[in-house]
Amino acid sequence: MKSLFKAIAVTALYAVSVSMVSAAETKATPKSMELKEVDAPSGTVSSANTFNRLLKKPKQKNAPPPEDGIHDPDNEGSHVLQPPLVAYEGLPTTDFGNYVDWVQSLQKGFLNPRYDRVDPTVEALVMDLDIVREVKASMPDVIFPHKPHTQWLHCSNCHPKIFIPQKGANQINMSAILLGQKCGVCHGKVSFPITTLSCKKCHSKPKPEDWKPPLSAASQKNPWR
Amino acid sequence: MSLRKTMEFLKRLISISAIVGACAMMLPQTASAEYADVVINNYADAAGMRPVVFPHWYHRIRFRCKVCHADLGFQFKAGGNKITMAKIIDGQFCGACHNGEISWSVENCGMCHSGVPGTPTQIHGSTVQRLVAPAYKSLDGGGAAAAPADAPAGGAAASKPAAKPAK
Ligand code: HEC
Ligand code: HEC
Ligand code: HEC
Ligand code: HEC
Ligand code: HEC
Ligand code: HEC
Repeated sequence: MKSLFKAIAVTALYAVSVSMVSAAETKATPKSMELKEVDAPSGTVSSANTFNRLLKKPKQKNAPPPEDGIHDPDNEGSHVLQPPLVAYEGLPTTDFGNYVDWVQSLQKGFLNPRYDRVDPTVEALVMDLDIVREVKASMPDVIFPHKPHTQWLHCSNCHPKIFIPQKGANQINMSAILLGQKCGVCHGKVSFPITTLSCKKCHSKPKPEDWKPPLSAASQKNPWR
Repeated sequence: MSLRKTMEFLKRLISISAIVGACAMMLPQTASAEYADVVINNYADAAGMRPVVFPHWYHRIRFRCKVCHADLGFQFKAGGNKITMAKIIDGQFCGACHNGEISWSVENCGMCHSGVPGTPTQIHGSTVQRLVAPAYKSLDGGGAAAAPADAPAGGAAASKPAAKPAK
């Protein structure tokens, strides 16, 4: 009896969440739903078993404002806004974020954004200092380069609120970053995002040849090892 | 387990899944606006205006982050600056530039107030927004404890309004 109810409960939970999620899909992406129906051979595959249950890819890279889902096409101003691809013409590209390499664009002189609100001749206060952070995992170590940062930002944007300006004084790890703290205050929001394709932008210093991942305590004590 | 208790359990499960479902529905994952576009909708909707969409990409072509985030004092938090029209015409925030001198002036309401009505405040396309599950919290508790009081969190800003209709 108990397990029967449990089974009903689990099914109900599943059915409700699936119907809610697919409702969201139908509402927001009618086009991709059509595609999925064509994918399924004869309508025998349940809609719960679409190939990608959770992966959602953007429909269009750098969509023009009226078609991007955030700007209201009924607002006349939306049609006056510049489509990003027009502005990005000729800029070095990347595979994530805005799909523009902002650092190269600036360093190669394709862009010259003002460092002062009114005076276009003010030069940025640039500091060239790399900070290496050893990573306690198999990922390559992290190099934090001050140069590209100070070309865009001011010291006070980071020091002392986000980082104490002292090597090693800050505890940083990947989950803090993904929660929007430390490097994640900017990366994943405005500066390049955190995706499989971008890990190596930060994790850029290869580990020494003889590096091995440390064994966990549980593994060292494991009698079955 | 008595029947009544089980029914209660069932109801609770369904309401939890409804909340989860509703959250999924509210997540603007399917919109494909430019990475780092900020939707600002603390007050606009309630005042009968479309939400404001601030394009980072457009502005960073013209200004370095330093101008807005150090000189003009914009906090790193979507919706966190409590911008109002009164402040803008006094020359604060957007009004430091959208004054007819550095950029076009405030009478162009529809250039800024261009969002789809009802879109919650958010930083669009952020990594947090695109995660399929909530951000991972590590065993050493890293991050959560170190959060400054006003830690910028696009995710939190985006998920707050998402949770509302479920209540
Ligand atoms: C540091 C100066 C500055 C600040 C602050 C600023 N802007 Fe702008 N903005 C500009 C300039 C310069 C342009 C380009 C004007 C032109 O094309 O003539 C612009 C253009 C725009 C555009 C039009 C983009 C397009 O596609 O043509 C929008 C929308 C906009 N700003 C919104 C905002 C909002 C909203 C804020 C406040 C949250 C803001 N801006 C704050 C300088 C600024
Ligand atoms: C994007 C954020 C950011 C900006 C902007 C920035 N820093 Fe840093 N800075 C860091 C980080 C991260 C560290 C490393 C801290 C650590 O290892 O715990 C650091 C470390 C330092 C250190 C310590 C170096 C050492 O060897 O102990 C100094 C000094 C410093 N920064 C000065 C500056 C100055 C001066 C500027 C402006 C020209 C500046 N920083 C701009 C993020 C930044
Ligand atoms: C205050 C904002 C901010 C913080 C905090 C920050 N960054 Fe950045 N970072 C930027 C900006 C802006 C760029 C320019 C590129 C872009 O916008 O995508 C950049 C670029 C980079 C680059 C690319 C350089 C290149 O050559 O392409 C690396 C690597 C990087 N950051 C690492 C880090 C690391 C590691 C941390 C944390 C210790 C960190 N950043 C914290 C704003 C920030
Ligand atoms: C914005 C820069 C940045 C990006 C992008 C980035 N990391 Fe990290 N990562 C760091 C920093 C900083 C640390 C902490 C290093 C330390 O211990 O001082 C770290 C630590 C780690 C660790 C060690 C465990 C921990 O949490 O300390 C792993 C594993 C890791 N990153 C994986 C990844 C993967 C996988 C990606 C790509 C999805 C990635 N990182 C992208 C900056 C970055
Ligand atoms: C430069 C961009 C910009 C322009 C142009 C602009 N606004 Fe706004 N407006 C904002 C921002 C940013 C907010 C804050 C939005 C929020 O948090 O909901 C705002 C908020 C508002 C609000 C609600 C908050 C308040 O101040 O009461 C109203 C109403 C409003 N705007 C009306 C207008 C009207 C009418 C015009 C045209 C005369 C206009 N705005 C032009 C950027 C702009
Ligand atoms: C023209 C002004 C302007 C420039 C230039 C600018 N920003 Fe912003 N930024 C804003 C505004 C406006 C907001 C939204 C604040 C609000 O909603 O109150 C914002 C929000 C943010 C946030 C908060 C996102 C969150 O967590 O909610 C980050 C991070 C950020 N900007 C980083 C940057 C970086 C990095 C650069 C340089 C590459 C930059 N900004 C350039 C105006 C600017």
